[in-house]
Amino acid sequence: MSDRLSPIADDAPIVLEAKGITKQFPGVLANDQVDLVLHRGEILAMLGENGAGKSTLMSILSGLYTPDAGEIWIKGEHVTLHSPGDAIIRGVGMVYQHFQLVPVMTVAENVILGAEVVKAGGYIDIREANRRVRELSKQYGLEIDPTAVIEDLPVGLQQRVEIIKALYRQADILILDEPTAVLTPQESNELFQIMHQLTAQGVSIIFITHKLKEVLTVADRIVVLRGGKAVGTVYPAESTEASLAELMVGRKVILQVDKKRAQPGKTVLKIENLEVLDERKHKVVKGLSLDVREGEILAVAGVQGNGQREFVEALTGLRPVVGGHIFIEDEETTHSIPRKISELDVAHIPEDREKHGLVMPYSVADNLVLNRYFHEPFSHRAVLNRDAIAENGRNLVKEFDVRTPSIETHAGSLSGGNKQKVIVARELSRPVKLLVANQPTRGIDVGSIEFIHNQIVAQRDAGVAVLLVSAELDEVLSLADRVAVMFDGHIVKTLPIEEATRERVGLLMAGSEEE
Amino acid sequence: MELTAVPRKISTNWFIKNRWLVLIFIIIIGSIAYAYAVNGRVTTAVLASTLRQSTPLVLGALCGLICERSGVINIGIEGQMLMGAFLAFMANVYLGNLWVALAIGILAGALMGLLLAFMSVTLKMDQIIGGTVINILAIGLTGYFYISGLTTQGKFQPFALGPLAEIPLIGPVFFKNPPITYMAIVIVFVLHYVLFYTRWGLRTRAVGEHPSAADTVGINVYKMRYINVTIGGMLAGLAGAFLTLEGVGTFERGMTNGRGFLALAIMIFGKWTPLGAWGAAFLFGFTYAIQTQLQFMGVNLPPQFIGSLPYILTILVLAGFVGRSRPPAAEGKPYEKEGG
Repeated sequence: MSDRLSPIADDAPIVLEAKGITKQFPGVLANDQVDLVLHRGEILAMLGENGAGKSTLMSILSGLYTPDAGEIWIKGEHVTLHSPGDAIIRGVGMVYQHFQLVPVMTVAENVILGAEVVKAGGYIDIREANRRVRELSKQYGLEIDPTAVIEDLPVGLQQRVEIIKALYRQADILILDEPTAVLTPQESNELFQIMHQLTAQGVSIIFITHKLKEVLTVADRIVVLRGGKAVGTVYPAESTEASLAELMVGRKVILQVDKKRAQPGKTVLKIENLEVLDERKHKVVKGLSLDVREGEILAVAGVQGNGQREFVEALTGLRPVVGGHIFIEDEETTHSIPRKISELDVAHIPEDREKHGLVMPYSVADNLVLNRYFHEPFSHRAVLNRDAIAENGRNLVKEFDVRTPSIETHAGSLSGGNKQKVIVARELSRPVKLLVANQPTRGIDVGSIEFIHNQIVAQRDAGVAVLLVSAELDEVLSLADRVAVMFDGHIVKTLPIEEATRERVGLLMAGSEEE
Repeated sequence: MELTAVPRKISTNWFIKNRWLVLIFIIIIGSIAYAYAVNGRVTTAVLASTLRQSTPLVLGALCGLICERSGVINIGIEGQMLMGAFLAFMANVYLGNLWVALAIGILAGALMGLLLAFMSVTLKMDQIIGGTVINILAIGLTGYFYISGLTTQGKFQPFALGPLAEIPLIGPVFFKNPPITYMAIVIVFVLHYVLFYTRWGLRTRAVGEHPSAADTVGINVYKMRYINVTIGGMLAGLAGAFLTLEGVGTFERGMTNGRGFLALAIMIFGKWTPLGAWGAAFLFGFTYAIQTQLQFMGVNLPPQFIGSLPYILTILVLAGFVGRSRPPAAEGKPYEKEGG
């Protein structure tokens, strides 16, 4: 639907214009002289890597940050935004990546919050609020039950509530921050339909993303940000994924991982009917079974929040198992402590690198021996050998291309991609039988993603069994030898990569059972 | 694709939804009716005493819940009560006007609430430490400035609310009380209404559950917390004033005697709702009331055992024997505003 070279929207009146926006954070120039124009009824995609300055720019447009320099014009008026409230008054509504909804309240309560219509004594007529929400959902085709409690709703519907929240405040400029990050491909398509319905009624949308495919399907115009600068404005019809990626990264990028056929050997990891509880004591892993053989990558695909985190934590010994069995080679590790599992030559790249992957205030060198400091040569009779640790640090920093001022730098001050490289270096620089990688490339730059993907494939080729857990379907499809789709705490189906099409996996991720 | 919400399998009928509550209520009413038939005078006395004993507890619990609903844990209720009690007493001694003394007690609580708000909202201190500061400060100040042997001009006396006081059992229990006891009952209902049916309540709960959600729709999280914690302090001050102006009539060192901490248990027992707290406070008040009656009746139980009943009940409540309840999600976490 966006195959027109000069969209009609370009002739439509300008609703929002940013001129020369500059924002400096300590040590980073997040936005550098960024210009932006948004027309009425247009879907403008804002494309860029993590750290390119997309979120900063949007936070400026929605009043959360004030720019150091530059002007914002909304509907022909020069404005200064001091708070999100200022932006809302002028019709700018932001849908944050992390939903700003109160989980224990109803849809209607969340929608009216902060803009309540009250009667005498501050009394809220909740029936009237429900009616308003129904009215809005009908007008824009966003079906929802106003009396449902947020925490009972799937993320796709929660996102609708966020959009309705903005529309209730009469927003006609919507900013959607990475809206598809938490959706299945099908849910994303529904969102795109909703976006077109909105623009048909005169709403203008800025759509922030780093997913190239989506941009090409949904956008009327694309602005690419890199290193805080707007490096180009292009139209979908004249772009390809490769050209966009090049613009985004600033060099040619190989999007496809180059790999040979897998040569699977004997089974390394075997899991039978695993059951695990979450923090609230709800069972979130419900009878999960799978096995991984040496020399293959088994990718667990699924929308976030289907028990992946708890599953990986149980597998690596971080979370108690309440049912089922885990075997690594011939050893049962169902109730083993993390040290024991690690000592069985299991490498773990955790989902939350800042919480489980690194000790932030420790140096890079110390972080690089966290799994081995108690062995020779790093310690001798319980006393650390500083020279050996430093030597190891220098070697790994070089080998894994970690960009750090020195090996004594605190891990916490590195960029996301370099933090991840430190973890990968530590985990893979010793003999490994099983590699468990949970969301190994989330939120890091394309260059680091390439590097880490190649490392994972190299491990596989060396005969390591790899369990990859990822919510990024592209990552799953480009790395996996077999795809196990996880939904609602168990594996609904395991497909060889040849049969794992985007559509089929997407449907399975949404929980639709195949016969 | 299925995008509809999973409906909760609960009945919309209030009586069925709360069947256990209804059952307990019926049992309690039944036992009271039976006791009244057996010995009307004692039953009335015990229940009247229960209501009065529960007054400082429910006020303390309301203080705790209004603070926690807005996201600030208040373990300084004990200290806020003690300051309220002390200053109300001193005002009564030197100014000789009970109503002025009452106002000063409330004001003292408000200032202590403001201090907690300053520590937890502005300084972003650990809220447990902040509450402890208040408790220690109150014990120290009141202990240092208290002079024994002071006499007052008397205390609040009960007055009957016209014909309502003539109803058997209910009349003498509910409608023949001193003013602060009446106030507490009114405040319970007002707070319940405000918290669940008004704009202020919706915003307070939002700030306590998900402050950044409230912030992004233009609600001032800091202001909401400041005001709620200060109002909470006023309630604790009122509870303290009750002790010196209505209950005991005089001040002693450490006279709150752990009531501020019991109030927290009552707040949890009542699932962070004012009406629930009221019900829970009755139960605790009853354990106090029965102590005196059992001693009158010559029941041969060591008084230390009966005296420990409220605390045993507290342990049971806090150990989760009364069903799980969920505290406000953001309580205890200082809110760090983004941007700059």
